[in-house]
Amino acid sequence: MTARIGVVTFPGSLDDRDTQRAIRVAGAEPVALWHKDKDLKQVDAVVLCGGFSYGDYLRAGAIARFSPVMDTVIDQAKAGLPVLGICNGFQILTEAHLLPGGMLGNDHLHFICRDQKLRVENADTAWTTDYTAGQEIHIPLKNMDGRYVADRRTLDELEAEGRVAFRYMDFNPNGSLNDIAGITNAAGNVVGLMPHPEHAVEPLIGTGRTDGLPFFTSILKKLVNA
Amino acid sequence: MSRTPLDTVEHAAATPDVELPWAELGLKKDEYERVVEILGRRPTGAELAMYSVMWSEHCSYKSSKVHLRQFGEKAPESDALLVGIGENAGVVDVGQGYAVTFKVESHNHPSYVEPYQGAATGVGGIVRDIIAMGARPVAVVDPLRFGAADHPDTKRVLPGVVAGIGGYGNCLGLPNIGGEVVFDACYQGNPLVNAGAIGVMRHEDIHLAKASGAGNKVILYGARTGGDGIGGASILASETFDDAKPSKRPAVQVGDPFQEKLLIECTLEAFQEKLVVGIQDLGAAGLSCATSELASNGSGGMRVTLDDVPLRDSTLSPEEILMSESQERMCAVVEPEKVDRFLEICDKWDVIATVIGEVTDGDRLEIFWHGEKIVDVDPRTVAHEGPTYERPYARPSWQDELQADDANKLPRPQTSEELKDQVLKLVASPNQASKQWITQQYDHFVQGNTVLAQPEDSGMIRIDEASGLGVAIATDGNGRYAKLDPYTGAQLALAEAYRNVATTGAKPLAVSDCLNFGSPEDPAVMWQFAEAVRGLADGCKQLGTPVTGGNVSLYNQTGEAAIHPTPVVAVLGVIDDVARRTPVAFQEEGQLLYLLGDTREEFGGSAWSQVIHDHLGGLPPKVDLERERLLGEILISASRDGMIDSAHDLSDGGLIQAVVESALLGGKGARLVVPDGLDAFTFLFSESAGRAIVAVPRSEEVRFNDMCGARGLPATRIGVVDGDTVEVQGEFALPLTDLREAHEGTIPALLA
Repeated sequence: MTARIGVVTFPGSLDDRDTQRAIRVAGAEPVALWHKDKDLKQVDAVVLCGGFSYGDYLRAGAIARFSPVMDTVIDQAKAGLPVLGICNGFQILTEAHLLPGGMLGNDHLHFICRDQKLRVENADTAWTTDYTAGQEIHIPLKNMDGRYVADRRTLDELEAEGRVAFRYMDFNPNGSLNDIAGITNAAGNVVGLMPHPEHAVEPLIGTGRTDGLPFFTSILKKLVNA
Repeated sequence: MSRTPLDTVEHAAATPDVELPWAELGLKKDEYERVVEILGRRPTGAELAMYSVMWSEHCSYKSSKVHLRQFGEKAPESDALLVGIGENAGVVDVGQGYAVTFKVESHNHPSYVEPYQGAATGVGGIVRDIIAMGARPVAVVDPLRFGAADHPDTKRVLPGVVAGIGGYGNCLGLPNIGGEVVFDACYQGNPLVNAGAIGVMRHEDIHLAKASGAGNKVILYGARTGGDGIGGASILASETFDDAKPSKRPAVQVGDPFQEKLLIECTLEAFQEKLVVGIQDLGAAGLSCATSELASNGSGGMRVTLDDVPLRDSTLSPEEILMSESQERMCAVVEPEKVDRFLEICDKWDVIATVIGEVTDGDRLEIFWHGEKIVDVDPRTVAHEGPTYERPYARPSWQDELQADDANKLPRPQTSEELKDQVLKLVASPNQASKQWITQQYDHFVQGNTVLAQPEDSGMIRIDEASGLGVAIATDGNGRYAKLDPYTGAQLALAEAYRNVATTGAKPLAVSDCLNFGSPEDPAVMWQFAEAVRGLADGCKQLGTPVTGGNVSLYNQTGEAAIHPTPVVAVLGVIDDVARRTPVAFQEEGQLLYLLGDTREEFGGSAWSQVIHDHLGGLPPKVDLERERLLGEILISASRDGMIDSAHDLSDGGLIQAVVESALLGGKGARLVVPDGLDAFTFLFSESAGRAIVAVPRSEEVRFNDMCGARGLPATRIGVVDGDTVEVQGEFALPLTDLREAHEGTIPALLA
């Protein structure tokens, strides 16, 4: 058997088809989910992909968080459904309070697109077991509002509990506090990050590396072995 | 409140002496008289609005079309061309049942007035042209020209333009894979913001802009119509700038990429269900253009009820509604029984869609407002029978003097130290410096099919995951060369774009162009234009790459000073398997560097003459298109058969610029030896055309040499990939760290 992984399309989602491809490349079955539809079609996990849902109006992720599909995602994530938020998906997860903190505009005020070096800090989440803790990887990054911020107590808590999942290395591309690129919830089923692992799953395409593939093989193994 | 009575067709016929503001709307007296003659009466205000925008230079090509005909007359035989000039964009067969549509357009004038929105809506407009052909847009490219890099106004215009392109394109989910950034004082008051896009479809999905079948419904969908961009095509894009006139800022449109993204998805879904008979995007001239073009390309007439157009501003007059260039709108012709399904799809994507009219049996375009007829015209006279000018042209008096000012006679570096300093100066000069600060503001990765993106020689996109079929695109144009000799300059632009596509391993198939020139009312400019078009048409014929469409931007002129003639040429190519693509970066130490082609003392218009001597004079490099074709064949064969691991075309900046770029991108240095028969200076800085450098694995050297020998292409071994310096033996060695600092530091220091 394989795992069925849902990819939500909001109006303005951009990487939905790319994420479906990454899921296929990993050997799982992608399932298209629609923002107006509360039904998750009995998927085993959900990815909220990158893009500009609702045009980033008001604030990135702020409107998508109230869409019908998110009602179900929020309920089920609290019950343990694995959820990965990439870029805009990460923004939506913070707006939905499934992950703490929030995102501000990049400190240099420009959109930035680059091949970003990261360190995997937590290889025990549902989405990171195919990495090893401390592993250094390169994943494409592209965003306008990628500066992760949280209050001091939250940051201390994230650090103390090992919930910083990914950290920027060599260069902090947006001014994120503690060089945070991605975090996980306490249970390890909900993970959000700004870089785009779905753009690093095939040699030759994008940066030509496949450093992002373990996100999708990690979840596949977890679901198939469950 | 009293309002002036509605200017209906009936009212116009009854009041022949009413003065209309034709001059303010950009029409010339004889053009207005021609409108009166066509209609047999004075036009209504609404008709005048339509004629004025559709007969503008921007929409009607009235000064350029007598020359542009050559692209058709001299078109080479090509099996690849599926749709040629005249539609929203040309369509090319790339094999395996796929068709690719691509086009480059200008958004120069608006981008100077309002850089962010001007550039953003340039992207939006070209993307809608691509959708209107039935294709899914897959990539954009942006050839840009700005004033001097250190001029204060460049710091206003460039960051705004770049942010606008990024802000719009990134939000649409289109990877930006190529283009150029060039600085020259001649663009100070007239930056060139050209935007290109590529779309992919299956052959059977090609759509055209025509309204046929009486009773079919005309549906306007997308954004509401507002007061923005009124007169954008006629007043803004078709006149020179003049400080004395009032601000033209309100004539610039305002874009909403989110709305356009929804428009793309909903249009593609409607195409998929075969709901659309004809389609046209609303760009320049808005509804005036869409209704008159759809109707004149179809079999019958069209009746439109203007009251049904959804408005952002309820106070707009019918004339304003017809002229508005509000963005993110499209017009589809749909059979009555399919209208409900079409509206349903629009509703799914939260896109407003309204039936505003229908196709009729007659041959008139009739537009109604409050139940009264305000337009009654033959749509062909609006869309296709605008004025045609045979503008006078003459070789400028200064051309001989310019060409006699030979750059080959400029003082050259006398010592190795001087040579080294000039290399560092060249790679750090704004035009030769890394543009990473700019390109990293564009998303290259979205859609997950980007194989190559800038600073590679061409952008490359995979279009079939199973077979690896891909397309490549490069845009080039050197205004300095074209100023010295417009005919040769246009051919050099074509040759460079062709070479750039071949360098990455793709076979060049077709051409689109964006011809940026000064005022057509100046005979010298008109001569430059005529020469450039003739050169490009002749060149395309010789290379077997037809021009599929393009765009002309005139009046790029402030006062008396025109820009350099700047024909920007885009070449599209196809590659059977993207796994065989050749990158610019050096891959492995020990690989052998070969220079392909002949190097001559050619410095006219060169980067060296500009950077070291601030000089422009002499003749541009010679063009040999047969040689370009041979070089292309060798590069493609070498890529297909795995004989080369990297390749870089030689163009502005010459060999040293190419070697430094390949070295910095690969993080590996090079040791070069000046070949027999050349001096170090000419070897490093000459800009002779028809050349490339390649890195050949040692195991492939014999095979590669044999191939070049058998086909008669000069191939000279010039060195090896090695170490962490770029060394020219007997002259100098420059550490990569120093080169990187020089090459990558310039643009951020000027603009960040």
